[in-house]
Amino acid sequence: MEQILNWVTENQQIIYVVILMIFVGIEVIGRVPSVLHTPLMSGANAIHGVVIIGAIIVMGKADPDNYLALTLGFFAVVLGMVNVVGGFVVTDRMLEMFKKKK
Amino acid sequence: MTQDILTICYLIASITFILGLKMLSNPASARKGNSVAALGMSIAILGTIFLYKNDETGEYLNNYAWIFGGLIIGGIIGTLAAKKVQMTAMPEMVSLFNGMGGACAALISLVEFNHLAAETTVVISHSKVLIIVVGLIIGSVSFAGSMIAWGKLNGRVKDLSFKGQNILNLLVLALALVLGAYLVMQPHHSLLLYVILLLSLLYGIFFVLPIGGADMPVVISLLNSFTGVAAACGGFLYNNKVMLTGGILVGAAGTLLTILMCKAMNRSLKNVLIGSFGGNNTAVSSGATSQGHYKEISLSDTAMVMSYASKVMIVPGYGLAVAQAQHSCHELEKILTEKGVEVRYAIHPVAGRMPGHMNVLLAEADVNYEKLLEMEQANEEFSTTDVVLILGANDVVNPAAKTDPASPIYGMPILDVELAKTVIVNKRSMKPGYAGIENELFFKPKTSMLFGDAKKVLQDLCAEIKNT
Repeated sequence: MEQILNWVTENQQIIYVVILMIFVGIEVIGRVPSVLHTPLMSGANAIHGVVIIGAIIVMGKADPDNYLALTLGFFAVVLGMVNVVGGFVVTDRMLEMFKKKK
Repeated sequence: MTQDILTICYLIASITFILGLKMLSNPASARKGNSVAALGMSIAILGTIFLYKNDETGEYLNNYAWIFGGLIIGGIIGTLAAKKVQMTAMPEMVSLFNGMGGACAALISLVEFNHLAAETTVVISHSKVLIIVVGLIIGSVSFAGSMIAWGKLNGRVKDLSFKGQNILNLLVLALALVLGAYLVMQPHHSLLLYVILLLSLLYGIFFVLPIGGADMPVVISLLNSFTGVAAACGGFLYNNKVMLTGGILVGAAGTLLTILMCKAMNRSLKNVLIGSFGGNNTAVSSGATSQGHYKEISLSDTAMVMSYASKVMIVPGYGLAVAQAQHSCHELEKILTEKGVEVRYAIHPVAGRMPGHMNVLLAEADVNYEKLLEMEQANEEFSTTDVVLILGANDVVNPAAKTDPASPIYGMPILDVELAKTVIVNKRSMKPGYAGIENELFFKPKTSMLFGDAKKVLQDLCAEIKNT
């Protein structure tokens, strides 16, 4: 029990960030029209590509002799980058079509 | 000093993510919002590469060649895939990218665990292992699920459901979680991690397999928020605020978006996941047997009826998307308008495979946005419409949603096409739509069927109308 309480105090910053972000996330898209559901999903999809930062850190910290870590990390960077770049480009392509309508 | 700059980079990136999402939910600013978020992402990535210092050793990152190699290869693949994809295939592309993100999170967990296990000198922190395991499970479920969703949308994977499937799924998931908990307590059984990986992948596959194709957008949106949470796990692991904010933001927004999508289809999330819709029990709807005779109409008659109408409403559906008929559809609209016919499009919020799918398609064909009516507007206008032309739509015009409480789509808002004077339905055959139920609209006296591939029919129709 004490361990858990300790953990809460030690990580309170992170816990605050998580809780606030949940509310921000809900608030920010609360009034989206259904027409934009698909582009919004695609945009959010690109944003979670931020996981690539973790991949870069893994890769950069890996021991140059540890080929398993290097290979896995390399794949992580490639996949993360596909997610980020592909996600933003696809979203842009979708929204480009909406633009003409005005 | 450099650490402070990195902190500021991450702060900027987090703010752009929030702003980007906010702008994405408004049609006027959506495109800019996407660019804002992309800019923030670039700042975060570049900042990490050049400014990040290892907490333990205080060194900058190594292996630049590998990192840049990966970034360049991934960037090229992503750009090409995103540029080449057909507009109709957008949903599966999003699913594919989502899977990549999930896989990336799972790989990070794998490497970090090995890294942790290799250090025998220090006591392994249980909370670190917990986060690694959670990231691994969520990431791999998201990866496997997205791959199946991708396969389903492009028709490579068929629906598969059998008795007791839900129970089996839960068992697989429970086993993964129990093993995960055990590993957190006993981190030295490192092989267990691979068993957990395997079970999570299996769960991802089993979880999506029985869900009908019509519900795929909802599933993709859900998996999207899963990947967000997996990314946030990385944020915990490295105490990295930008991963944390970005991940949780998408996790929360994605969950809400999933619920909104369900609402637009008037279905509950539970319903989607357990899969009664488009699943195996299609025989539930009462009176689903053929309700008598339907009437066929010839091309030339259709052309005649349409060119003498004063107001025509086009109802596009998935059939239009599959046949890539959006350009021919616009062509028909132009020809009719030249003849003095007023043409409008009635867009059901969930027509096609994703909300907004039809808007994107028709916009691609340069259809004027003002001609697209949303459901409420369209429903007001049907009573003054002479001809409704339904192109490959089915469930969104099925009156059973209003009249038959036993129908699986009962309660879903539909387009009231029956109010119009004449209804012409273009379909490839009499086969039921995605919900797998009969549509009594087709048997109404007002309704005529025009069979054939939407694109071909529209082209022939254009030629025919030009000649009359």
